[in-house]
Amino acid sequence: MAFWKRPGFQRRWDSVKRGWYKFSKNPVSVVGLFFVLLVSFLAAFAPYVAPYPEHAGRFVNFSEASQPPSLKHPFGTDVFGRDILSRVFFGFRYSLMMGVVVLLLVVPPGVVLGLLAGYYRGTWIDTVIMRITDVFLAVPPLILALAVCSVLTPSVFNAMMAVSLMWWPWYTRLVYGLASSIRNEFFVQAAEVAGASRSHILFREILPNCVSSIFTKMSLDMGWVILIGSSLSFVGLGAQPPTPDLGTMVADGAKYLPDQWWIAVFPALAIMITVLGFNLIGDGLRDLFALEEV
Amino acid sequence: MKVLKFVAKRLLMSIFVLFGLSILIFLVSRVLPGDPVRMALGPRAPEWAVQNMREQMHLDKPLYVQYYYWLSGALHGDLGQSLFTRRPVMDDIKEFLPATMELALFAGLIMAIFGILLGAVAGRYSNTWVDNTVRIFSYVGVVTPSFVFAILFLLLFGYLLRWFPTAGRLSAGIPRPPAITGMVTLDALITGNWAALGDALWHMVLPAVSLALGGMAQEARITRSTISDNLRKDYIGAARGFGVPERLVMLKYLLKPSLIPTASILGLDFASLLANAFLVELIFNWPGFSRYGINAMLRKDLNAVSAVVMVLGIVFVIVNILVDLVVAGLDPRIRLGAERGK
Repeated sequence: MAFWKRPGFQRRWDSVKRGWYKFSKNPVSVVGLFFVLLVSFLAAFAPYVAPYPEHAGRFVNFSEASQPPSLKHPFGTDVFGRDILSRVFFGFRYSLMMGVVVLLLVVPPGVVLGLLAGYYRGTWIDTVIMRITDVFLAVPPLILALAVCSVLTPSVFNAMMAVSLMWWPWYTRLVYGLASSIRNEFFVQAAEVAGASRSHILFREILPNCVSSIFTKMSLDMGWVILIGSSLSFVGLGAQPPTPDLGTMVADGAKYLPDQWWIAVFPALAIMITVLGFNLIGDGLRDLFALEEV
Repeated sequence: MKVLKFVAKRLLMSIFVLFGLSILIFLVSRVLPGDPVRMALGPRAPEWAVQNMREQMHLDKPLYVQYYYWLSGALHGDLGQSLFTRRPVMDDIKEFLPATMELALFAGLIMAIFGILLGAVAGRYSNTWVDNTVRIFSYVGVVTPSFVFAILFLLLFGYLLRWFPTAGRLSAGIPRPPAITGMVTLDALITGNWAALGDALWHMVLPAVSLALGGMAQEARITRSTISDNLRKDYIGAARGFGVPERLVMLKYLLKPSLIPTASILGLDFASLLANAFLVELIFNWPGFSRYGINAMLRKDLNAVSAVVMVLGIVFVIVNILVDLVVAGLDPRIRLGAERGK
């Protein structure tokens, strides 16, 4: 039988449809989804939708330098004569890449460690994992990421590695809290009595009950990670010019304030729109799942 | 007694965390690639000079020996020499930390007071235009990087309207009050130097507000949701039914318990505030610890970087203990000594 005709799949598909219906009734989350889709679309098709795709990198045209917003250049041009609108579209690529790569690297180990520590609550496994987590959480992730970036050569890749290195403990702590209460539920005890394997209990019994919290946190974290990434580039420890990173663009443009305000302001607005989109979706998910702890 | 025991227990845990943090930051600064000595002396320094300095800093020894030297130094208040300023890092910290603490405390006060105020008003009048305005403000506050606020305020109120100064802690004509605490406002207050106090506060407004807005938005959101939830609870109706004066209902029965979630995230918000100070101090040219830290990072001044991270770790340990005490004071269910969240 094809997998989409199986009753289990049907049941899940129905609950997804119900969830989508509730999600789509919340104007806040729909607006968030719109922003995220818009930004993703512009990022994915940047070479085709940007009016001057060649302006993304090393490009100089001093005859059109520092022009205010006009029909030809809706966001104006920077001191090298590059179209800021085009650079913002390419900048979305770096912001989204930052968020996606960091979360892909961070969520699996963070969640597994949290599951282990929560399930073996009170044993040495719990102690070792959670005390290490405490150490990482002792200082804000931005500062630790800055410290790591400072010893590496500044680049987009190293910034992503630095943020990832500092971000996993948040998932460990979230899943630890959930897992250590779920492990006392009857269905977990039933599975234990039935002789289910440890991995079955961790990943098939406990993990599915944490998924809604994890997804909600991921959505909110996309925003945070993008903010931190742009902060790293802003101080010069992340992406380097001429990379069209939004944080780098704000830092460059800040030198020409207040006269050429458009160089810094539009990339800053682009960061805000991106972060806002993910935050609104996160809030919508939190309402949808009726979560409190994320 | 209970309070003392609680604080002692937390301090003991914190020492462990700080010990771990020292290993972490030591590993980050020594294991990752890059040659700090070569960087400090420049590419043209002769090999023997580099070798000498390496031996001086024990960089030629195995890692655990290096860590031993570093930790025993740190415990004696010697955090090594800054590779860049060539002064003991401890002296730099003593010089720069008060300026940042002053800014952070001021920003923290703004954040807590206005965040709670906005949230309380929005929660009390939920789903009215007041609530919607606060909600929009909160979203803007949460999604805007603090460096963007800093740049915008600098532009708008500093350069365009000229309401506030754009850099530094005091105007040129005003002599600095004698450094007792190192915090200009506090020193001015102690010595009764009102002109300096006013001027220092005036310099602090823009950087402090840019730092506070993000956390303020968070606090407002959380306070709003707890207040509007609690407003619907039976005990509020009961208090009103008994004829308790409305003001008392609002302040004692509604506000006080609603502040518990807000207070618990105050510590986190203060943390992100200090992290953002790294960017905001740079923009406002605030001669503080964070600007020192970020410059150390940009110059790969490893001793200074490790020291900055360790000092911030200590600050957070203290802040978190204070926050826990406040939460315990607000919530009678959390008896001191019992673990939170149970």
